[in-house]
Parts: sequence; C-alpha cells; structure tokens
Amino acid sequence: MFEIIDRKMIVPNLHLLVVHAPEVVQDIKAGQFVIVHSGEGAERIPLTAADWNKEEGTLTIVFMEVGTSTNKLAELKAGDKIPTVVGPLGRPLEIENFGTVVCIGGCFGMGSIYPVVKALKEKGNKVITIMEGRSKNLLYWEDKLSNYSDKIIKVTRDGSYGYKGHIKKADDIIREIGVIPDRVIANGCTTLSYKTSKEYAHYNIPIIVTLNTIMIDGTGMCGVCRCTVDGKMKFACVDGPHFDGRLVDWEELSKRRQQYISEEAFLVHHSGCGGK
Amino acid sequence: MAKLNLNRVDMPKQADFIRRRNFDEVALGYTPAMAIEEAKRCLDCKKPFCVDGCPVEIDIPGFIRQIAAEDFAGAIKILKEKNCLPAVCGRVCPQEEQCEIKCILEKKGAPIAIGRLERFAAEWEAAQEEMEMPKIKEKTGKKVLVIGSGPAGITVAGDLILAGHDVDMFEALHEPGGVLTYGIPEFRLPGKVVRREIDYLQKLGVKLTNNYVVGKTRSLKRLLDDYDAVFLGTGAGLPWFMEIPGENLNGVYSANEYLTRVNLMRGFQYPKTYTPVIRHKRVAVVGGGNVAMDCARTALRLGAEEAYIVYRRSQKELPARFEEYENAEEEGVIFSFLTLPEKLVGDENGWLKEIECSRMELGEPDQSGRRRPVRIDGSEFILPMDACIVAIGNSPNPIIPDTTPELEVSRKGTIIVDESTGKTSIDRVWAGGDIVTGAATVILAMGAGRKAARDMQQYLSG
Repeated sequence: MFEIIDRKMIVPNLHLLVVHAPEVVQDIKAGQFVIVHSGEGAERIPLTAADWNKEEGTLTIVFMEVGTSTNKLAELKAGDKIPTVVGPLGRPLEIENFGTVVCIGGCFGMGSIYPVVKALKEKGNKVITIMEGRSKNLLYWEDKLSNYSDKIIKVTRDGSYGYKGHIKKADDIIREIGVIPDRVIANGCTTLSYKTSKEYAHYNIPIIVTLNTIMIDGTGMCGVCRCTVDGKMKFACVDGPHFDGRLVDWEELSKRRQQYISEEAFLVHHSGCGGK
Repeated sequence: MAKLNLNRVDMPKQADFIRRRNFDEVALGYTPAMAIEEAKRCLDCKKPFCVDGCPVEIDIPGFIRQIAAEDFAGAIKILKEKNCLPAVCGRVCPQEEQCEIKCILEKKGAPIAIGRLERFAAEWEAAQEEMEMPKIKEKTGKKVLVIGSGPAGITVAGDLILAGHDVDMFEALHEPGGVLTYGIPEFRLPGKVVRREIDYLQKLGVKLTNNYVVGKTRSLKRLLDDYDAVFLGTGAGLPWFMEIPGENLNGVYSANEYLTRVNLMRGFQYPKTYTPVIRHKRVAVVGGGNVAMDCARTALRLGAEEAYIVYRRSQKELPARFEEYENAEEEGVIFSFLTLPEKLVGDENGWLKEIECSRMELGEPDQSGRRRPVRIDGSEFILPMDACIVAIGNSPNPIIPDTTPELEVSRKGTIIVDESTGKTSIDRVWAGGDIVTGAATVILAMGAGRKAARDMQQYLSG
C-alpha cells in the first residue's frame, strides 16, 4: 500500500497529491508517468510526475478533477492508503544541452513541466518557461519554476497576470527572448499541445509534446493508447508519451480521447454527490 | 479382454440461451459419480501415450486410477507433483491436441476426458477445509526472482520454492495471474480459481509484489545484484493490428484492451466499477483463435445484438479449440468464414460504422501447412458494425528487451533462449512463455517454465 502524505487543491480544480512511493522514485526521470489505481473497481489513471524526493521516497503529482475516478483521488487525505502507484512508466524525456529551450506548462502541465525545467537547467540550457492559464488564480508554482528558469513568461487569457492571450503568439515570445530557441517542450492539455505544435511549426525546431491518451495497463499490453505519429502507429505508453508535435495526427488523437465521454457523464450523473 | 466403454461422460454446462447473457462459468464440472464413471473407462495402459502428450509430464493414468478408486486426495496429490495449476489446466489446456489425442480410446472416438477429470480433482480439493501442503526441501539460502505472475512464472515459482529456495515474484499489474487474470474471461476461467492458485503459492512461501515493472521501476541488471537467479515470464506485449485503414477509429479495439477492460478492470460490472465498457450492438471480432472466441462471447454477454467472428480461412483451419468454437456457436456467435476485412470506415465523429470486406477462397497450402486464403476479385461487401475487435495476436512485451541492451532478442522481439534449458544470453537469467515463443497457450508456457526451473535448480544446487 502507498501512503498519502498530502493532498490539497492548489488552484480551483487542480490537486496536488504527495504519496510515499520509495521504489517508484528511485530511478525516476523527467517526463515519466505513473499509474494510480485507488482500489477495487477504480480506473487506472496515468499521471505525469511533477516532483519527487528520493531521500524521503515521496512522489508529487498534479492532477485535474475531471470525472469519477479523479473525484475519488481528490477525496484522499494525508494518512490514507491506496493500493497502486506503479512506475515510473514511459520513456524519459530526452534531456541534453540543446542551447535555448522554451518550456510551456498549462493546467496540470505547470506541475509536470517542473522536472523538465529543472533537468534542462542542470544540463546547462538557457530555459525560458511559459506558464499559461485562464486567469491569475489558476497559475501555481511560479516560485519553483523560477528557481530553474532564466526567464518566466506568464500568459493569462483574461490578462489578469502577465500577457493577455491564449497561448501567446509564438512570434511575440520569440521576439521577447531575442533568439529562436533550439527546442520547445509543452506539457498540458491536448489543446495546448496542439496549438503549440502549430504556432511554432514555422521555426523548424523540435516541438516535444507529452500526449495524454487513454491508457489501461501502461506497460505496452493493451494498445488503447495508440496514436499516429509520422504516419506510423505508435503506443504512447512505451514509445512515448513524448513525440514531436509536428508529426502527430491531432484530429485522430482528439477523437480517440472523446471515446468515453458519454460513459463518464453517466457515472457523474449516477454516482450522487461527491461521487459516492 | 473386457469390452471397451466408449461412453465418454458429458460435462454439464449452463444452457446456451441462459449463459450467453451472464458471466458465470459455462462448464459446471463433473459430480463425483460422473468422475468415477469416466475414470473407470481408463484402460490404465502399460505404456501410457497420454503422458507423452503432456508438456508437464503429469502421471495421467496414476491420478485417474485414484479417482476410479474414489481416492480424490490421492488423485490431486499425483497431479500436483507435476502441475501446480490443475484447476486452470483442467479448464483451458487444449487436451484434445495434447494428452487426449494420444489416448488409445481416441481411435474409437471416445478418449478419456482427462481435462475434465483434472478439473474435478482440483475442485474437490478446493472444497475441502484443509489442503494438504507438500513438503518443502530444507532452505538453501539461494534467492530467486520470478518476473511476471502468469502461467510460466507461477510454474517456476512453484517448482523452486519446493526445492527450498527463497522466491520473490514481481507483477506489473495490480493483480497477479498475468493472462489468466487480464485475458481469459470469467465464464471460461473464473477469477477466484486463479486467485486460489496464487494463494496456494503464497502459502508455500512465494513472496508476491504487485505494481512492479522490471525495466522501469528497477533495471534487470540492478536486480541481478540481489538475486542468484532470475526468470523472465513477462508474456504478451503490443497487440498486432491488420495494417488496414481505419484501425484507430473509435470502437476499434485490440483483443487485449477489450478483454482487459472486462476482466482485469471488472468492466462487466460497470457502472458499479468505473472503467467504462461500451455496450456495442453489432460487434465483429477479427481472428479465429481462442482469444477471438472469448471476445465474441464477451460481446454477447455485454448485450450485443449480433457478434461476428470474421476469419479469412474456413472453419477447418480455425485455430480455436473445437470446444470453444462449439460453445461460441451455441451461444449465437455468427461466423463469417473466408472473409477478409479491407477497410474500417468511420462516421464524421470518428466512430466505426462499417467494415469493407472481401470474400476469400482457399488456395495452395502455405508454410504452416494450412491452405492459403486468396482474395476473390470483385467480391467486396460491407458489414455494418459499431465495434471491431482485432484478435490476431501480439508481439512479446517490449519493456525488458528495450531496457536491457545485453539481452539477445529475435527480430520479432522474442527473447532468444537455449531451447532445452530456457537460458538467455545473460548469465543467471532464464526466460519462458509468450516472451520467448510469441503468443501461445497456458500449458506451453507452463512447460517452458518447468524446463527452465529444472535448469535453474541444477545451477542453484551446483
């Protein structure tokens, strides 16, 4: 069993979960995910690691409350135990000294981009971090991200903090940085990853996105996470979850993500208040 | 010589019109009277050919003799000398092409129902309050790691714990059993039977750790520092698809996904459980093996109006056990033989709506000896479907080979081993089951486990 050390809502609808999982964090690397399963009958949910502490054996995850299974996770409190936290899964993100890297985090991705920012900085990159959200009260971890970023750019859709806009135009960002980056890495919802891939495409630089596909086992067995990248069938759990966004079939990906919308809605409507 | 008794005792089953809508076990098992009657038909041959047909070399006439003598405890004891999973094998082994085909009475069309008797003995034992535990040899102090808790791993763990070694078993999923748990449906192999066999191993002293992915949680190389010997039984990996247009449409599944949702994640109890399973109305399953039958029969139980098996050869070439084909047909699965899917067509929202197919005819035999299906030009037709389950096999699990560069693998991704010992290219590491052979049967995986365990034992005691 895995003990919950902390669980709190950090901004509306986004939760921080700290769990004691010493085996899982021992070899973990930036960009890897875990699968959390909160008990008999629950779903297995893939969630990207947002931070960890190898000495204390703790793993930090930021997740969005979107349906019945994540409602359950959001009810956990310190001291509770859950049966499954398995990982680290997926391939680690490629981290080298690329030069200048733009890291974009939105929603839960502001958390999961943190290990990436840190690892890139430690490799000697110049790291520009962009935090993106609807409004000021939805941004978090600015202090943590600042520790490893040469520059932080905030973008809110309502203009309540930093720049106004939805994923600030790439050209404006590039002008502000003053150089064309060597690579862009984006973490967040499918829309953010898709838009990033489009906005930066004309710079001819790698745009690495982390795909949020449906998964079950997460170990290369079931095949539900398949997607088309560069015209070939890929499995996000073992071939990814990081791919060059310029090569991803986004239309197919977003349709595949909608597969269980009506089933999820059914559960939400039939499971009563608080998902009980 | 006494007159041969050719009246093979039938095993009762749930009626087809009832079972097609429930997940309870189809076959109900022999009563003691039935088992004794069937066992008494055994000729107790001096040279029992049936034993040659058994990959784990069970003393078949021996255990049947005990059943005939109404000594059921004696029967299970003999079975367990060679087979740590009799309740599983009695249900899912293809006896008709292994032991039963070698039975002298097979020539008369009525081989002894060895599988049913094996199952009977195992169920009899499970119903007893106390289980006789086998003797475990004196502890050797040697440590063995078994990776994967499917049939191959279970066999190795069982054999080596009895030999006195300490055995740890790591499982990647949240429940043990491998394909027995995520793959084979409840109506063919109830989950409680698998759990019982795993409990037995744990009682013998095997230490099981779920949620541990070797190659990810820890590398194989690092684990080798902590163990004297390691067995890899990591089983099935990425599902194969047909490589035709439309396979990423919604409503298209691999058999692994469909069965995992229903079995491991208990989707058959949805919405009481949360992993959704869509109740499709018209389901086509592509493939002709046991897994394809399992998928089509599962679809019916989930409420499908029509479930099809789409297979490019004819009934004669169907790789599924005849028993499973028969069960599927009785339950109302529709067989579209000599049919090749060419294209999966979706609606504007990305959901499957129909499958474009061609008719086939059988040509000359191919390398496998089966007649090769050849497309008939101009025979195209359309099957309107809202789900398609692709059950044409899978490659071995990629995680350990991908993260262990020293490990020799074939072009197909299977681990290369010495055939007689199961030894891999890495010192102190053995492998067996689907990870070595590609998708095969439970009993072949167990046979491979037995072989590897024997060699591991020799190494550990050397």
